[in-house]
Formats: sequence, C-alpha cells, structure tokens
Amino acid sequence: MKKLSVLIVDDSSVMRKIVERALRQGGLDLGEVREASNGAEALVEAQKGSLDIILSDINMPVMDGLEFLKNLASVAPAKGVPVVMITTEGSEARVVEALSAGAKGYLRKPFTPEQVKERVTPLLGGSR
Amino acid sequence: MKPMNNAASQIPCQLDPSWKSILECASLEVFEIMAGVRPVLNPDPIEEPSGEQTAMVGLAGALCGMVTIRCSKAVSIKLGSLMLGGDAASSPSIARDALGELCNMVAGNFKAKISNLADHCMLSVPTVITGEDYSMETVEPNEGLTVALTLEGEPIWVALTIHS
Repeated sequence: MKKLSVLIVDDSSVMRKIVERALRQGGLDLGEVREASNGAEALVEAQKGSLDIILSDINMPVMDGLEFLKNLASVAPAKGVPVVMITTEGSEARVVEALSAGAKGYLRKPFTPEQVKERVTPLLGGSR
Repeated sequence: MKPMNNAASQIPCQLDPSWKSILECASLEVFEIMAGVRPVLNPDPIEEPSGEQTAMVGLAGALCGMVTIRCSKAVSIKLGSLMLGGDAASSPSIARDALGELCNMVAGNFKAKISNLADHCMLSVPTVITGEDYSMETVEPNEGLTVALTLEGEPIWVALTIHS
C-alpha cells in the first residue's frame, strides 16, 4: 500500500512534530513528511507536487492558513489535495471561513491521534 | 489581529468566579490529551507560584489579558518529552517551545468553553520566560485566578490575568 506524502504547516516546529507523531500514532503509514513554517513556504512545497494531504495551522506569520488556502487553489500540482486546518482558537467564524476557502476539514487543538485519524482518513480516497 | 465585531461588546469582560473551574478543566484536558498525564489539582496551595519556566499567551478582544503556565525546568522537559516522545525535549529550546504550545492550547481551550468568547477573543503567539527573579503586572485595573496543579510532586501553575 502506498505510503502517504504529507505536508505539515505550522510556525511552531514543536507543533509540526506533534502533528506528525499524532498521524503515526493514529495508524497512518507515512512516507515523505514535508514541513513548512508559514503559508508562503507551504505554497513552495505544494508546487513540488506528490502530496496526499496537507495539514495546516491557521494563525501563522508571513502568510496565514486562510491566505494559504486561497492561494493554493492556483497551484496546479496541488489540485485535489485535501487540506485539514488546525486551530487553537475554537472560533466558528474562522472554521467557516476555512471551509469556505476550500479546506476539507478541521482539527481543534488539543487533539488525540484518534481524532486526527478520523479527520484525515476519509479524505485520502485511493491513497489509503 | 482582526477587529472584533459589535457582539464582542456584549460579552462581560469581568472575571467570573466560575471561570476557575473552567480553567481547571481546560488545563487538565490539554495535559491529558497532549502529554498523556493528568496532574492532580491542589485546591489549597501553601506556596506562591514559582519555577524557572513561564509560558504566556496574550488575550485580546472581548477579554484582554494573559494565560500563563509556570513550572520548573525539569517539569517542562518532562512535559515536552511526553508530548513529543522519547527524549525529544532534552533540548532546552524544544522543552520551552512545548510549554509555549501547551499554554496556547490551554488558553484556546479555556476560551472555547466560554459561551460567545471563542469568536471574540484572539490569542497571541506564545512567549516563554526563563528565570525566576521577575514580577509580571498587567495594566490596572486587573484581576486574576490561579490553578495549582501537581505532577509527580512538582507544582505547575496555570493563571489567568485579565484587564477588567
């Protein structure tokens, strides 16, 4: 079975490690794990293609997660790649904004590995 | 940060005594989910908050102030290792960042539990202070509450201070 290529976007390197750990603990078979610390860096990574899923924080410097989502629509190699937004805020308005901008799901911190798996697995289609 | 809309003005920005139990619950949930430990509540702490590591997250909007978590360096390393696995947090900078993320999640979880607050209160990025010889004051008038927790005999202090 194909291993998953994942892009994790968060300005905190610790949070990126926590998300990767949660994906592995949730039983997902990760292959390449790419990281970006803001939306602008994430667009560069998305341009390289070969991604199965993107998990992105909302609040980040330089380019936040919502701006990243809006720009991602024009990145051809990332077309169809599902994006799950991760938020600490618990703000419904931000979640609605993210879903309207194209996010396929969201996770609110704190999250368990099981919650990560529940959100991610249905979005993987044939990848998993 | 985005401007708050008019609904924000309808939210009371004075400290509600019931918020202490909400902060307790928010803190315990975060420790349990992210670090896999459940610190014990200490309802009557005899000592003052202490510890070389203080993580703080600012609140702005309907509620202005900050949430802090204070503990010893050893506790921050333990928490970081539990969050990241193995000895990942043996590096002081990783342990500090992990404590900052815990504080961020406690603040977010706290405001998410208060009706109407989640959409009208924003969080700053976490900051972590190292050292014990400092005092921290919020602009007057202010009020606050502190939750005392114990993890394997070591204290962890979670505090909310708001400008009222």
